[in-house]
Amino acid sequence: MSDAVTAAAPAGDTGLLARAERRETIGLALLTVPGFVVVALLLLVPVGWLFALSFVDKSGALSFENYLRMTESVYVITFVTTFQISAIVTIGTILLGYPVAYLLSQLNARAAAICMIFVILPFWTSVLVRTYAWLVLLQRRGLVNSWLVGMGVISEPIPLVNNFLGTVIGMLHVLLPFMILPLYSSMKAIDPAYVKAAANCGASPLRAFWDVFFPLSRPGLFAGTVLVFILCLGFYLTPALLGGGRVSMWSMQIATNVSTYSNWGAASALGVLLLVVTIVILALLNRVFRVDKLYGGR
Amino acid sequence: MNAHISIRSVHKTYGSFDALKQISLDIAAGEFITLLGPSGSGKTTLLQVLAGFVSPSSGSILVGGEELLTKPPHKRNIGMVFQNYALFPHMNVFENVAYPLKLRRVAKAEVERRVRGALDMVQLSQFIDRSVDRLSGGQRQRVALARAIVFEPQILLMDESLSALDKKLREQMQIELRHLHERLGTTTVFVTHDQREALTMSDRVALINKGAIIQVDRPREIYENPRTRFAADFIGETTFLPVEVAADGGALLYGEPLRLADRAPPAAGRHWLALRPEKILIRPADGAPSDPQINAIPATARETIFQGDSLLVIADLPDGQTIAVRVVAQERNRSLVPAPGQSIVLGVHANDTVVVAGDE
Repeated sequence: MSDAVTAAAPAGDTGLLARAERRETIGLALLTVPGFVVVALLLLVPVGWLFALSFVDKSGALSFENYLRMTESVYVITFVTTFQISAIVTIGTILLGYPVAYLLSQLNARAAAICMIFVILPFWTSVLVRTYAWLVLLQRRGLVNSWLVGMGVISEPIPLVNNFLGTVIGMLHVLLPFMILPLYSSMKAIDPAYVKAAANCGASPLRAFWDVFFPLSRPGLFAGTVLVFILCLGFYLTPALLGGGRVSMWSMQIATNVSTYSNWGAASALGVLLLVVTIVILALLNRVFRVDKLYGGR
Repeated sequence: MNAHISIRSVHKTYGSFDALKQISLDIAAGEFITLLGPSGSGKTTLLQVLAGFVSPSSGSILVGGEELLTKPPHKRNIGMVFQNYALFPHMNVFENVAYPLKLRRVAKAEVERRVRGALDMVQLSQFIDRSVDRLSGGQRQRVALARAIVFEPQILLMDESLSALDKKLREQMQIELRHLHERLGTTTVFVTHDQREALTMSDRVALINKGAIIQVDRPREIYENPRTRFAADFIGETTFLPVEVAADGGALLYGEPLRLADRAPPAAGRHWLALRPEKILIRPADGAPSDPQINAIPATARETIFQGDSLLVIADLPDGQTIAVRVVAQERNRSLVPAPGQSIVLGVHANDTVVVAGDE
């Protein structure tokens, strides 16, 4: 058949076909231009600008002052707190989210759709409203404390909010769907035949889960972990409200530097450091989960 | 090691739908049996019941005298080749095949030896370190087979295991599986909807339709001697002509007496003559009087279709039905091929004259 085509088309037409193909490629490339422009303008330019600003001190001279200041104890403490909270919240969302995602992935389509509404529902309410709701629930004379006292579990109200614990509870709640959704989509993609095959090979249900289901769900776990951890690092609203001023996160230091001290250079340096640390963590997490090697990377 | 399987009145309902209707079937130790049927017939459900992934509503399955249904899937010691192979994508060929042995806490050196042995048997030893997604369909099929036999299960199940392969490879694998079965002697239950595959591979074929077993027989028997219209229709390309059977066992086709083989004559009433394209001889209408062993049916040739190895002659019967006759494409048959519109006689030997009961 290809002979017939070649025979029918004179030599000159081959060039014509190649040009047509090139036009199509260019056309497709043009479609992506708006996206590239947006990314360049709204991401690369500001990041570059931040990066440049971070090397400028208050007097406008070029210096490393902004970075040297970060060795001060207030920054070190904030840095450690930020990572503590991020790690605890991420691990918490994994422990709470994995079983939920697993259940959802095993339900039939109808039941899963109904349950999924309850996972996504919080997205329809603003973070601010949800955070204030937690404040109401967790405060000294809030719902949780009154119940616990009323039932005689505790004699005195315990401090559940305006501290580290309150911050973690609020962030867990806000970030849980970000763990469940990627986990669910990755679990849904696991062919149930794999688990059956494991059982057929002689694996008990628990063994089949650990040997087959869990490793195959790692892409979702990786995506969820990265998403939650990185959102945690830059979280502002919830820790600011539920921390009660006792919990200082990285993002709050950036805000303070900008709004209280108008020190853009220092804020930029903090931002740059956060970005660098985030990239390093991404690389490390990729090492731990070995997502790149999960499929055919051997 | 090889177990006799006794399936007794296994019934499965999904709501008001009966997926399996009181299935009873005895499978001899070391036998290769094929469950053959159209999609939705229940053959895969029966296999899933054996593997333990579907619990029947009632019934019992004894394997070597022991009840199978009360055991969970992982304690059944049954090897299975899944329809899409279900090779673990995060393990390479060695790890996949070694997995059942690892679960049985077999010593490392022994695992190595047995995995190599199983891969040798399916001729894949050179791919031992290969990732499974870099294997072709046929190679995956072999790895899945190696994984299913490496722990020397008492029963081997195969669920449409060859249907994803192309025709040539499939036919080659059918022969290989047959030979492998002869060597291992494991009781094997194979599921397929491909009648030729069933006939090629099996010791016996169990024909299943609408959740019930229609006929269980050796391949030759089920092909040559179908007992119902469904059996005759599903296996082979069959044309059915109405036959009247009298009380004395005499049969009439288009008012002419029909000579039957020395089989038990069907009960009186309306039945069907099941004619297969390769069982019919074409002779010119004005030919010499025929052999008394051959039933003659008048027809008019309509067209001839070339199919490579054979020619398919399409002819019209007196009642307007169309029938196909297969003529092997070789020089000596050239004179048999009629011109369109030519009157011919279709000759069917008495031993090939199969009368079956209608289904309903």
